[in-house]
Amino acid sequence: MKLKLNINNKFYNTNIDGDESLLDILRKIGFKSVKKGCDTGVCGVCSVLINGKPTLSCQFLAARAQGAKITTVEGLGKKADKIVDLIVSEGADQCGYCGPSLVLTTYAMKKELKDPTVEKINHYLTGNLCRCSGYEGQLRGIKKYMGVK
Amino acid sequence: MMKFKEVNHSIPKVDGRGLLKGASAYTDDLAVDSALIVKLLRSPYAFAKIKSIDIKKALKTEGIECILTYKDVPRIPITRAGQSYPEPSPKDKFILDNYVRYVGDEVAIIAGTTEKVVDDAMKLIGVDYEIFEPVLDFEKAIGHKSIIHPEKEIYTMFPMGLDAKNNIACSYMDTMIVGDVDKQMKESEVTVEQRYFTNAQQQVPLEPHTSTAFIDVQGRLNIITSTQNPYHTRRIIGEALGKPQRDIRVYKPRIGGGFGAKQQVHNDLFTAIVTLKTGKPSKCFYTRQEVQENTFTRHEMRFDIRLGADKKGNLEVFDMQLLSNTGAYGEHALTTFMVAGSKLLPMYNKAKHLRFEGKVVYTNRCPAGAYRGYGALQANFAVESAMRELAEKLNMDPTELRLKNCIKEGETSPVFSVMGEGGEGIAQVMESCKLDYCIKRGRELIGWKKKYPSKQIAPNKIRSVGTAIAMQGSGIPLLDMGAAVLKLNDGGFFNLLMGATDLGTGSDTVLSQIAAEAIGVPVNRIVITSSDTDTTPFDVGAYASSTTFVSGNAARKAGLNMRALLIEEAAKALKAVHKDDIIFEDCTFKSKFGGESITLEELSQGLYHTFGTDMKQLIASGSNTSPKSPPPFMSAFVEIEIDTETGQINILEYVAVVDCGTTINPNLARIQVEGGILQGIGMAMWEDVRYSKDGKMLSNNLMNYKIPNRKDVKKITVEFAESYDPAGPYGAKSVGEIGIDTPLAAIANAIYNAVGVRIRSVPLTPEKILTGILEKDSTK
Repeated sequence: MKLKLNINNKFYNTNIDGDESLLDILRKIGFKSVKKGCDTGVCGVCSVLINGKPTLSCQFLAARAQGAKITTVEGLGKKADKIVDLIVSEGADQCGYCGPSLVLTTYAMKKELKDPTVEKINHYLTGNLCRCSGYEGQLRGIKKYMGVK
Repeated sequence: MMKFKEVNHSIPKVDGRGLLKGASAYTDDLAVDSALIVKLLRSPYAFAKIKSIDIKKALKTEGIECILTYKDVPRIPITRAGQSYPEPSPKDKFILDNYVRYVGDEVAIIAGTTEKVVDDAMKLIGVDYEIFEPVLDFEKAIGHKSIIHPEKEIYTMFPMGLDAKNNIACSYMDTMIVGDVDKQMKESEVTVEQRYFTNAQQQVPLEPHTSTAFIDVQGRLNIITSTQNPYHTRRIIGEALGKPQRDIRVYKPRIGGGFGAKQQVHNDLFTAIVTLKTGKPSKCFYTRQEVQENTFTRHEMRFDIRLGADKKGNLEVFDMQLLSNTGAYGEHALTTFMVAGSKLLPMYNKAKHLRFEGKVVYTNRCPAGAYRGYGALQANFAVESAMRELAEKLNMDPTELRLKNCIKEGETSPVFSVMGEGGEGIAQVMESCKLDYCIKRGRELIGWKKKYPSKQIAPNKIRSVGTAIAMQGSGIPLLDMGAAVLKLNDGGFFNLLMGATDLGTGSDTVLSQIAAEAIGVPVNRIVITSSDTDTTPFDVGAYASSTTFVSGNAARKAGLNMRALLIEEAAKALKAVHKDDIIFEDCTFKSKFGGESITLEELSQGLYHTFGTDMKQLIASGSNTSPKSPPPFMSAFVEIEIDTETGQINILEYVAVVDCGTTINPNLARIQVEGGILQGIGMAMWEDVRYSKDGKMLSNNLMNYKIPNRKDVKKITVEFAESYDPAGPYGAKSVGEIGIDTPLAAIANAIYNAVGVRIRSVPLTPEKILTGILEKDSTK
């Protein structure tokens, strides 16, 4: 089926099968920041923003995305820099495979969380798994971004 | 403490910003769109022989390019282990075989234009199996009526006790014996004799194993792959396919985590053969189910520990008998086994009666392979649990027992020379060892004196502390070799070419810092490339905690050689100045007597554009191997809270004090330890590789194999001891593995300190804790 997708404020016309995931289509179009990790919606590396909300693109049919505003980390551009720099300055980027989705989810979290605390941050990001860092370094950076001491 | 300009500074990872902003950098990002999709038909049975296989119908599927069975591939026995040659692992694997030895073993390789085409074709392949009784319990493997490796081609490259008829992959007996263990056990005043089990564990790198292959314009096979060791990968692919290494290139892009999982060769064998047969590019991206079921796990192990001491707590006997489960194939069977002994026995070097021996057996389970900790982690659970049991019998504080018996700076152990990895070892003295400081400092950080052993904080809640200590190595002595090449460019910057493999640890950054320190330039003058068998020098790869120590010394040597070349050329350029009188500071060369100066940029431009007959390319290299493998040490302290009604544990804080010598990049070293600790906690608490009674893995996705999330542990505190090892680059030892070793024992000991329940198998589940509490209550 034919599909017109709004990705990072640009329109892309593509042909898909009805059962294809948004993850597969985004990677096919060339948005390689969106990663495939677990196939079951657990690890979070495929996260994108759909109308500003973090969404697991491996569990989201591409066909459902028509008319929605899809944002990947490529679309954040300079708006990602502060988050990226704070994580990198802790050395917490490590293998980087979970990185783009963590940056995106953190960006959405900042907009959504009114009174952020360490507990709220950890809860919001529970679905963003990382196997390298032990999370502590990521938290040190993200706390600074969220203004949490 | 020594002051450095480039090392011992926490600079950001050189690739960090690019990766977090989504650069196309991993294997699958780099595969061409036209690559054929490669998938595997896998065995539904734990142990069977293929009687017949029919691919005719499947081949007719539109879009299918090739289907290969055991009849179509070379029958050359290999090991996929990814170790130095000759490998210390049995050659017991063919690309495909007519025997399948565990659920998921490969039956056929299918390549087609899309995933759907391949899936459709897979369903049309007809296989008729002769099913055998599988060997699923590793304690019953020896002498089982089913022989897992009946093939005549199986062999080892040197004697390691392979006895395929009895399902023994290797054995190690009557060698690591010092004193008389049995006699002294009868004489020691206080003894402990216990059996401990550690289950398998999954590495779970978030990037699944990925490989893509194509033929280049010179007709050579190119493979881009998520590997920890491109050179071993090239050699193994060549061996398996009967092709000269000259015709193969292996390139490692960015890697999404490895932890040992990517030391072995997996889907490269399949993409390679598909591309060679079809002439077309191909790629194979494992599903998470394949990563879980069909790569390698940690070795399951059974330990019989015997400790003997006098009444004052002086350790006299240390005996370890080990049975290890290598699963269907023997990758890393011998070496993980030996590391269990070689990283634990020397840690308590006061004992004079030592023994280590045992066997590694085949079973019809997912093969075991390399995983961070590599035998030392399993043994740490057994030994550090047993030490707590000994402390109990001695009525002694467990930290005091350890301080009394642990290895100290300037000391050695006879074990170092008897046991290496796969053979004899090399004697070494601890030129840096702050283990005693680590124990004392960790005790302060956790508040041991106030909190040990436990405190009731509510009718059903007890808080307690537990401890364990660990040692690891820094590469494999005189086996691991790493090399570095530095090339000066016009513009006054350098390419650093490393065979060493950054799989997400930050080694590219650490090695750049070391090279910069050695040349005497800021690290931003270095551009690193790792690793590509065509353009970067040899390195064994990222395993055995080797990169900072082994490859780091290569980068240092290359840097010093480059510095000497630069100074020689600068002396010529400055005329009348002797090279010994040149000062190189702030990227400028000048005479120590004053006068003219020349910048690094000017020198490089001269060398490539204006020096006439003196124009030349400056290239320096450095190679490193070492008879030393200075161990990093660590003390761990954990505080937990147990709910005595449910057996539930909450981890409140995990404290680590680490002696890894100089931290080349303190931030990255800290993350290595924090990340290692959480993986260890995962194994201690939740990660449980489970099988059905037929041998099918049940924990085959991340829904029913739980790795830790960011809410599971409240706090991890890491500190480094001030330490400098003269053998390391600028005093550095390794830090990649040491963090993962302690959580199993530290938490088990904390559980004991809280409720008096001793759990001798992991994971430490609420069920086991509660059962223990109820059993204790019922015997009161």
